[in-house]
Amino acid sequence: MGLTLSWLSVIILIPLAGLFLKSLELSPEQFWNILSSRRTLNALRVSFGLAFAAACVNLVMGSIIVWALVRYRFPGRRIFDAIVDVPFALPTAVAGVALTALFAEKGWLGAPLAALGIKVAFTPVGIFVAMIFIGIPFVVRTVQPVLQDLDPEIEEAAGSLGASRWQTIIRVILPSLGPALLTGLALAFARAVGEYGSVIFIAGNLPNVSEIAPLLIVIRLSEFRYADATAIAVVMLVVSFVIIFAVNRLQRWAQSRIPAR
Amino acid sequence: MTMQIAEPVSLSSPDARARAHAAAARDNLRTEPRAVRVVIIALAIAFLSVFVVLPLVLVFAQAFSRGVLAYLSALAEPEALAAIKLTLIVAAISVGLNLVFGLVAAWAIAKFEFPGKTFLITLIDLPFSVSPVISGLVFVLLFGAQGYFGGWLRDHDIQILFAVPGIALATTFVTFPFVARALIPLMQEQGTQEEEAAISLGASGLQTFFRVTLPNIKWGVLYGVLLCNARAMGEFGAVSVVSGHIRGETNTMPLLVEILYNEYQFVAAFAIASLLAMLALITLIAKTVLERHLDEGQDVHDH
Repeated sequence: MGLTLSWLSVIILIPLAGLFLKSLELSPEQFWNILSSRRTLNALRVSFGLAFAAACVNLVMGSIIVWALVRYRFPGRRIFDAIVDVPFALPTAVAGVALTALFAEKGWLGAPLAALGIKVAFTPVGIFVAMIFIGIPFVVRTVQPVLQDLDPEIEEAAGSLGASRWQTIIRVILPSLGPALLTGLALAFARAVGEYGSVIFIAGNLPNVSEIAPLLIVIRLSEFRYADATAIAVVMLVVSFVIIFAVNRLQRWAQSRIPAR
Repeated sequence: MTMQIAEPVSLSSPDARARAHAAAARDNLRTEPRAVRVVIIALAIAFLSVFVVLPLVLVFAQAFSRGVLAYLSALAEPEALAAIKLTLIVAAISVGLNLVFGLVAAWAIAKFEFPGKTFLITLIDLPFSVSPVISGLVFVLLFGAQGYFGGWLRDHDIQILFAVPGIALATTFVTFPFVARALIPLMQEQGTQEEEAAISLGASGLQTFFRVTLPNIKWGVLYGVLLCNARAMGEFGAVSVVSGHIRGETNTMPLLVEILYNEYQFVAAFAIASLLAMLALITLIAKTVLERHLDEGQDVHDH
């Protein structure tokens, strides 16, 4: 017990406390000036805005994938099921260079898209694509077990009582999946906001346009502007702490909602 | 939605046919029209193919684009070998540390009740959702030249940042949750009865742990170690901040991928990347096998 807490504090608490202490060295005014500078605001907007958009895409596509994997039988289903985890397991730098090469103007997908006049790599769209890539397993893996465990009798009851299939899905299945869907959305969002490796290659990294907040931290560090780096980091850290705390609460709530079997 | 006509069933007795009809009608309450099914499956396959399969295939295609010889010679470069060696060392250190403390943390959380448990779990989860860049930054703030321990370290001539200890520390931080997270649900489910029985029969604490607790969770431990190792070898953001990018010395494999890629040495970059991609694929296969073992273990427990 004591050992756990001391290890936790050495490896997690002390470094985090250091971050907050460092940010306390700044006066509120300095802190505010750093955060409200145009470049910082734009970087935060790019990271949070695109991460939210990507998480929403993941929510929709993730639900479709879960539905196909759980409810239908098709050739290669088990392989596709395993493939969902690739973004988890693939090192982010590898994902970054691969996505960039894929969507670059001469890449396999970049070339046909360029012919249509769509530029993906080295634009904010590229960031969006990379964030979709890394977020997809979060939605699938949180929703999948819940859909698998869903009692088939509830659906049969709804159907035999005259509900249309669509009504059953919207009124019966969706509410049961609600907490899991929200959790998946939150996890995908949190991951995309902080993502660095798979994004920086494809982003183009143009200040104010396609520069993500984590990259701005790295740039400020390399300029030895530690205060700036710390201030941005504190904002991001507080947001991610709030998100996971909410997720843990959400899961407790979901568990208490479903009667123990 | 209209009722679907059941699939034709070639059964002779009318009784059996009626039963088959009833079963099919019940199934129809839980499925969608054929067209909808096909569209959903096609969407799922198309999305996964474009976003996941294609990038993976591309890594290997690029790595071998100049032939096997170019691929092998890229991997035999001293810089590449140094990066591989460093990656293995760092992974060994951080997996070792997280194995021991992940076990202890999971044990404390699963087998005891104490105030602030949700907070502790949140703390354990934190490295999962904190940006890897921030994970690196905190160590720069602690051990950097302007950091809290920077002066003391310089006086005692200890190098942490831009050296192996810093890389190992940052990697340990980032991979901290894996072992603990794999074990907490497993240990919670198993409860404390077996341990209590062992202790009341006279076993010492350590004996109980090695003879009772550990055998029960061995697949879970392996599972955690597997994922921890994959992440440790592939970590990029956190390591990138603390490594200092000294060529041949503090570059891990993912960092070398970045450097080679930015120098337009695409074959070499993708050759290293292909090793990491293979690591990911092997990890996934091993994970699938382990999950089967974990499920079986649970089934045995249920009966």
